[in-house]
Amino acid sequence: MIPALTPNAQWVLLSTLILGAASGIVGCLAYWKRHSLMSDALSHAALPGVVVGFALAGTKNLPIMLAGAAASALLGAWLVMKIRDHSRVKEDTAMGIVLSVFFGLGMMLLTIVNRLPGGNQAGLDSFIFGQAASMVRKDVYLMAGLALLVVIVTAVSFKEWKLWLFDPLFARGLGLPGRLMDAVYLTVLVLVIVIGIQAVGVILMAALFIIPAVSAHYWTQTFSRMLVLSALFGGGAGAAGTLVSTMGEGWPTGPFIVIAASVLFLISLGFGWRKGLVVLFLQRHFRKQSTPGETSGPTLKERIS
Amino acid sequence: MEQAKQSGDKKSATEPVLYASGVSAAYRKNRVLEDVSFSVGPGTLTGIIGPNGAGKSTLLKVLLDLHPRLSGTVAFFGTSYRRVKSRVGYVPQRGAVDWDFPADALDVVLMGLYGRIGWLKWPRRRHRELALAAMEKMGIAHLAKRQISQLSGGQQQRVFLARALVQDADLYFLDEPLAGVDAATEWAIMETLRALRDRGKTVLVVHHDLQTVREYFDRVLLLNRTVIAHGPTAETFTRDHLIRTYGGALRWLEAGFA
Repeated sequence: MIPALTPNAQWVLLSTLILGAASGIVGCLAYWKRHSLMSDALSHAALPGVVVGFALAGTKNLPIMLAGAAASALLGAWLVMKIRDHSRVKEDTAMGIVLSVFFGLGMMLLTIVNRLPGGNQAGLDSFIFGQAASMVRKDVYLMAGLALLVVIVTAVSFKEWKLWLFDPLFARGLGLPGRLMDAVYLTVLVLVIVIGIQAVGVILMAALFIIPAVSAHYWTQTFSRMLVLSALFGGGAGAAGTLVSTMGEGWPTGPFIVIAASVLFLISLGFGWRKGLVVLFLQRHFRKQSTPGETSGPTLKERIS
Repeated sequence: MEQAKQSGDKKSATEPVLYASGVSAAYRKNRVLEDVSFSVGPGTLTGIIGPNGAGKSTLLKVLLDLHPRLSGTVAFFGTSYRRVKSRVGYVPQRGAVDWDFPADALDVVLMGLYGRIGWLKWPRRRHRELALAAMEKMGIAHLAKRQISQLSGGQQQRVFLARALVQDADLYFLDEPLAGVDAATEWAIMETLRALRDRGKTVLVVHHDLQTVREYFDRVLLLNRTVIAHGPTAETFTRDHLIRTYGGALRWLEAGFA
């Protein structure tokens, strides 16, 4: 059924697989930091940086464009924090503002640059929805290097991440350098975004962070396994989406990756052993049959404060 | 190591374990603490009492540099908090963390040892044994492998207490450890805190149940944005002081206070 893959398609497959795994791991950190929306805001915020990078370089110079993407994503993150700390605006609202304003600004700049001579051929549009099909061997190396970095960062300080995500107040009491953890976390998040938007685009990038992590949570109760599962789900979605997209002429890869991830999520939601809908239904079913009183714990002593 | 640490404390028994002077703090532009001054000696068990919104939790956070201090000075063991962090234990409110986090009870208790294990190092068998011993003391050793989301409120609070115990600090801050726990847990926690005090440790507890204050604490700190009264429970926990702390709200509480 699956057509034989061209060498180029194999590189694409490999790079989306590795990208999915890396974003799955980072997405797991973002999920427990309650930053799912933050990853979306940062992805969108990368767009104006890409265009400005192109305008500055004058040609399609990938490193400069990616540096621009990183800079504007970080600027977005900084703005979210400033708005949250210095106004009555709540964090989720601040993210919504940054997301839409940066994306709108990016689209505007894109229109301007596309009218410049040479702008049209630069393929800047591909940063919106991604263009995985253009991945080559070099990109695979880049993705692999990124994934390796992500794995090392999470594995080496695994217990620190756990503490920092579960109980940041206690972590600071123990002397865990919270600012350093924040900085490292933000760095890997932005790195994955910047490298990932070539493949899946700024709009769909966040799906690769959010969906694998939330799916993994339906299957496991330990943080280490959740990281591994999230990586597997992300990688699996990347590979599956790419495979499906090769079946049709001009089928976009990014959306198919997101659809594949969503299918994984629906399966997890239904059949995950940890609070999956089927398990919950069965539990409720059997609890009704068991003797009443057995399930209730010690009664809480309620007090008027 | 434990012994050495304790004997080291003896010589500094004269200076206050915790000293705060003129501390003030705010959330945005709302001042929640104003000119808070007090000091606490070693081997005491102090209840921090005050109405909702009096700044009790904020006071703990400000003392521990978790919330910015606008003015005033704070000293721990005669020096700054940063230099003696390992001697200070903090038990946040149970609701401050997400208990759905994928971890078991032992994982959480082990976190109390992270400072001693060292950053970037993995916990070893002896660390696990220390953690289990603390869980034994809190009567939750059998729950070591239980998922934290499946623990009852009382069991979660015992996990937090066990985590504080393994830290082996000299000064403990507990934020509402008795809120919403069952009677057995309340008893176990108070036994643990008394045992800590009897070993010469200093314990400060944010507490909201006026009926149990006399029974539980040997000293009280009555707080409502500033220190209303502070001292031994018998002399300080008086009707007069309580009226000044709670204002009109006290009438609602009087039934239990009589």
